Amino acid sequence: MTVVIALAYLLAAALFILGLKQLSSPKGARNGNFTAAAGMVIALGATVPLLHFTQAGLEITAVGLVIGTLIGTVGARMVRMTAIPQMVALFNGVGGGAAALVAVAELLKFGVHPPFAEVFPSVFSIVIGSVSFAGSMVAFAKLQELMTGTPITYPGQQIVNLLLAATIVGFAVAVLAVASIPFSFIALMVLALVLGVAFVLPIGGADMPVVISLLNACTGLAVAASGFTLNNFALIVAGTLVGASGSLLTKLMSDAMGRSLGNVLFGAFGQVRAGVTAVGSGGQARSVRSASAEDLGTLLAYSQRVIIVPGYGLAVAQAQHAARELADVLEKRGVEVEYAIHPVAGRMPGHMNVLLAEANVPYEQLKEMDQVNDDFKNADVALIVGANDVVNPAARTTPGSPIYGMPILNADQAKNVIFMKRSMRPGFAGIENELMYGPNTVMFFGDAKDSLTKLVSAVKAA
Amino acid sequence: MTNELLNELTFFVLAIFVGFEVISKVPTILHTPLMSGTNAIHGIILVGAILIAAGADSPVTVVLGLVAVILATTNVVGGFVVTDRMLEMFKGRQPAKK
Repeated sequence: MTVVIALAYLLAAALFILGLKQLSSPKGARNGNFTAAAGMVIALGATVPLLHFTQAGLEITAVGLVIGTLIGTVGARMVRMTAIPQMVALFNGVGGGAAALVAVAELLKFGVHPPFAEVFPSVFSIVIGSVSFAGSMVAFAKLQELMTGTPITYPGQQIVNLLLAATIVGFAVAVLAVASIPFSFIALMVLALVLGVAFVLPIGGADMPVVISLLNACTGLAVAASGFTLNNFALIVAGTLVGASGSLLTKLMSDAMGRSLGNVLFGAFGQVRAGVTAVGSGGQARSVRSASAEDLGTLLAYSQRVIIVPGYGLAVAQAQHAARELADVLEKRGVEVEYAIHPVAGRMPGHMNVLLAEANVPYEQLKEMDQVNDDFKNADVALIVGANDVVNPAARTTPGSPIYGMPILNADQAKNVIFMKRSMRPGFAGIENELMYGPNTVMFFGDAKDSLTKLVSAVKAA
Repeated sequence: MTNELLNELTFFVLAIFVGFEVISKVPTILHTPLMSGTNAIHGIILVGAILIAAGADSPVTVVLGLVAVILATTNVVGGFVVTDRMLEMFKGRQPAKK
């Protein structure tokens, strides 16, 4: 029997690897998800013969499975596309929480003096799982705008966090050395939860995808550690796969933003911000140009080449269909329309591709940054729909700026820039955008969907 | 060091390398779905949660087991469903490609 179980786990592991492989190419991505899910079903099925149910155990397992399935299905199905990033954060957090709880429960079985080989991975799982849980919840709150998305900082924050981490390590070592009462694990858990919150607070909402990816990798490692405690190969292999691929993915994501991971995580954002706001505040009295929908409609209608730059504003307003409609009426008039997709436009890499694909925007019109950046200087209009930081020239010109060095779309090189925005409020990075004051920039205020609809009728009338 | 632990460590180290290797060429637009997919995979902790819950024999383990099963199931089910929803959107572009 144990041989069959081991083989089933092996098959599950192979399916996970295959699934990841498929998930990393556009063609097979959706199948990859099914492959991984099949691996999960096999791993769960193979576990059944290992179970020795108590009466209460049978009941809580059944109840837990039903409740979890309901929450998971309803949560994932009902959520709007724009809110998917925070949903991922939530699902990641609960996984971390589960890993920590499993480790606690397993340790309790061993009584007062559990063997070192059990305590070590358990303590690791409790700490990392709790950090991941608490951190993910803060990331969720920031993205859901239950709390401010701007970095929360205070003097000496790094030192406080460092001390907190050091305390946890010290405590963990003490637990390992003395291997003691159950309460020590609870204390460790509480400290780790606090660290998770403290770790994510100073990181801006725009950087949440990277943070979620990192916490995702952490949860993977916590799961692997729980696998060591339970001596379960499925947990070890799957957890480690996620830990490793998640770490690499985290690095790839911060690379796509042109920043180092250290820069994203350790408050650099918060610290330079002060200086930049001071510079920016001098310019706050400056005026911007705005124009009526009719004027802009005429401008667009008589252009030869228009590049649409979508951003989070488009996602929030669910304006992808309106954008497509505008592109359609323009194309009917012979205007060439393209979409310039910044790798981190929206709240997550790929966010814009997903939304525009939903509106059936032809794939060839979606241009990645490298493909499109040289085209801006030949474009008559760059139409910025709810994007901000990804077209902020400060990334090129202002070394003190928190986004300095991030590759941006050269929208400022277009002959005309129409900047559609709800208000003058700064973008997610919390900094001023010089482009709004540019000589060829026209602001068009309002909800992205309404504004685009107005432009559609204006173009039709022109 | 027991044989079992040695085996576990071997799996652990090999899985690290496989994990790095398998996603090394992912394009930017798939970063988010891939993150979400790996997120669902670490829901494998459900196996651990069920092992704990099944043998629950005290009020403490009942509570721990129940909460762990709920959290882990949410992770698995929500993770795979939300990933599928994201990737469903990508499918729409295939006909448009022609």
